[in-house]
Amino acid sequence: MFLQHLLNGITIGGSYALIALGYTLVYGVLKLINFAHGEIYMIGAYLGFILVSLLPALPPFFQGHLLFFLLIVFLVAAGLCALYGFYLEKVCYRPLRQAPKLTPLISALGASIFFQNFVMLTMGAKDRIFPQTVGMTTYTVAGVTGTPLQLAIILSSVFLMALLWWFINRTRLGVAIKATSTDPLMASLLGINVDTVISVTFMAGSFLAACAGVMIGLYYGTINFTLGYLGGIKAFTAAVLGGIGNVPGAMVGGFLLGIIEALGAGYFSAEYKDVYAFFILIAVLVLRPAGLLGKGVHERA
Amino acid sequence: MSGRRLTHDLFFYLGMLLIFLPFMGGKVAYLPVVFAAVWGLGRFVRFAGENRGIVRFREGVVTAVAERQRLAIALILAVAVGLPFVSSNYLIEVLTSALLYAILASALNITVGLTGVLVLGFIGFYAVGAYTTGILTAKFALCNFWVALPLSGLAAMLCGILLGIPALRLKGDYLAVVTLGFGEIVRIFLTNLDRLTGGPNGILGIKRPSLGPFTIDQPREFYWFALAVLALVVLAVARLVNSRYGRAWIAIRENEMAAAALGIDVFRKHLLSFSLSAFFAGIAGSLFAVKQGFISPDSFTFYESVLVLCMVVLGGIGNVTGAVTGAFLLIVLPEFLREFAMYRMLVFGAVMVAFMVFRPHGLLGSRLIAREAVDREDAGAA
Repeated sequence: MFLQHLLNGITIGGSYALIALGYTLVYGVLKLINFAHGEIYMIGAYLGFILVSLLPALPPFFQGHLLFFLLIVFLVAAGLCALYGFYLEKVCYRPLRQAPKLTPLISALGASIFFQNFVMLTMGAKDRIFPQTVGMTTYTVAGVTGTPLQLAIILSSVFLMALLWWFINRTRLGVAIKATSTDPLMASLLGINVDTVISVTFMAGSFLAACAGVMIGLYYGTINFTLGYLGGIKAFTAAVLGGIGNVPGAMVGGFLLGIIEALGAGYFSAEYKDVYAFFILIAVLVLRPAGLLGKGVHERA
Repeated sequence: MSGRRLTHDLFFYLGMLLIFLPFMGGKVAYLPVVFAAVWGLGRFVRFAGENRGIVRFREGVVTAVAERQRLAIALILAVAVGLPFVSSNYLIEVLTSALLYAILASALNITVGLTGVLVLGFIGFYAVGAYTTGILTAKFALCNFWVALPLSGLAAMLCGILLGIPALRLKGDYLAVVTLGFGEIVRIFLTNLDRLTGGPNGILGIKRPSLGPFTIDQPREFYWFALAVLALVVLAVARLVNSRYGRAWIAIRENEMAAAALGIDVFRKHLLSFSLSAFFAGIAGSLFAVKQGFISPDSFTFYESVLVLCMVVLGGIGNVTGAVTGAFLLIVLPEFLREFAMYRMLVFGAVMVAFMVFRPHGLLGSRLIAREAVDREDAGAA
C-alpha cells in the first residue's frame, strides 16, 4: 500500500512542483507573491479541456497520432497561458511596482476573482469532464497499480523541470533572471532590461502552471472553475516548504507535499486531506520560514 | 498620441483579445466593444488622475465634513434609525446584513487599516463567533443569547491570540497567507466535526434573542439592535484611533523600525490589535447566527473574507467611517444590480484591480495618508 500511495503522491506532487516554480520564480525577481497564479493554472486546465474537446472535429491524422495531438494541446495551452501571465503582470502588477506591499496583493485578489468569474460565465459553473483520450489501461507491477498516463505525467513534469533548469542556467535570458533576482539595481546597471526579465519570468511561470493544469485535467478527468484556489494555495505551500525564491526548493517541496498528502489521506483521514497542506504551511512559516532548502531569511518582508 | 504608441496599444489590446478568445465561443462579437470600453475607461481615469482637481475637490469635501462632524454624524444616525419606518421588510433585511458587514469591516480595519497587517482569513473569526453562539444556545442549549454574545467574542479573541502568537512574528504576505490558512482550517473543521457543529448541514433553530418580556423578533427590531452594536463598535474604534494604542498602531504601520526604536513593543501592539479585531468579528458572528437562525460552513468561505477586505479597501484603508461606507456600498448597491447578478463578481474583480492601480487610497482614504499623498504630489509639481 505504501508504494501505491507514494506513486499517487508523486504524480500529484509533480504538478504542485510545476505550479510552485511559478511562485518561486516571481518571488525571486519581484519579492512578491503572485496570488493570481492559481487562476493561471486553472485557465491552463480549461484551455486544455477546450483543445482536447476539438479532437473529434480534427482530421483523422490527429486521432491516429494521439501523442502528437496531446503535445500540441500542451504547447498551445501553455503558450496562451504565458500570454495570460504577461498581461497579468502588465495590468495588475507593473503600475504598482513602487506602491506599498498591500496594494499588489489586493489587485492580485481582484484579478483572481475576475479570472474565476470569467471562466465561470463562459464555461459554466458545473464540473467539466475531460473527453476520454488516453486509454485507461492499468498495469500492476509489484503490487502497485498505475496507468501509462501517470507515468507520462511524472516524466513530463521531470522533463519540464529539466527544461527550466536549462533555461535558467544555460541561456542569456535565464542568467539575466538570476542576476535580477540577486540584485535588480545592479542588473539594470549592467544593461539588463529588468522589465523584460520580469515579463519573461511571469511567462515562464505561467507556462509551467498551464502544463500542470492540463496534466491534472487529464489525470482527474474533471475540472472546475474553483480549481485554482486550492491548487494555488497548495503549490504556494510547496514553494514555501522548499524555501520560496529557491528553484530546486520548489521542486522538492512540490513532490514532498504531494507525497505527504497522499500518505495522510491513505493512512489517516481523507476528509482532512486539504488541511494537511495548511498545517504544513503554518508550521513551516512559523518554525522555519526559510524553508527546507532556503539559506536563512534576510528580510521576511 | 504618437504612431508608435498607437501600434503598441493595438498589439497590446489585440493580444488581450487573443487570450480570451478560446473561452468566448459564440460571444466573440462582444469582445471589441468590451475592450473599447475598458480602454476608454482606462484613458479617462488616467486623465482624471493627472488632473489633480479631483483630488482637491475630494480634500475639500473631506474637510467640510470634518468641520461639521458632529452635525453630520447626528444626521446620519437619525437617517439610519428612521430608515426602517419607510422601507420594506426585504430592504430592512438587506440593510441589517450591511450593518453586520459594517461591524466586520470596522473590526478588520483595526488590523488592516491601523496596524497595516493584512488578514485574509478574517471570516474564520466570524465563523468561530457564529458557531459559539449556535452551539451554546441551540445545539446544546446551555445558556441564552446574552451570555453567548460575549462568550462568542471571547472565543474568537482566544483564536486570535492563539493564532497571533506564532503568526505575528511573520510579516506582510507571509502573515496574510497564514491567516488565509487559518480561515480554511476553521471551515474544514466546521464541515467535519459533525458532533459539535452539525457538519455540512450546520446548526438549525437558533432563536432570536429576548430580554425579559421583549423579544428582538421583527426585522425592524433586529435592525436597530445591529445598528446599536455597530455604533458601539465604531465608537470604540474611533476612540482607539486617538488613544495611545491607536497612535502606536499607526506608528507601526507607517514605519515599524522607527516605532520599535521609539520604544513601542511592536509584537504586543500587533497582538492587541489582532485579538481586538477578532473579538469584534466574533460579536458580529454571534449576531449573524441569531439573525439567520441557521448557520452552515457555506457562509464562511474565502470569498467572504475577500469581500470584507474589499469593504475596508474601497472605503479607504485606515478610515473608520470608510469601512462602514464600503460595507454599505458593497452590500446595498449589488441589490440594485440584480439583473446583472451574473456579471457582478466579474466587474467586482476588475474594479478591485482598477482601484488599486488608480485610487490606492480608497474612496475616503485615511485623511493622514491622503494629505501626505497630496503634499507629495505638490512637492513633485513644484
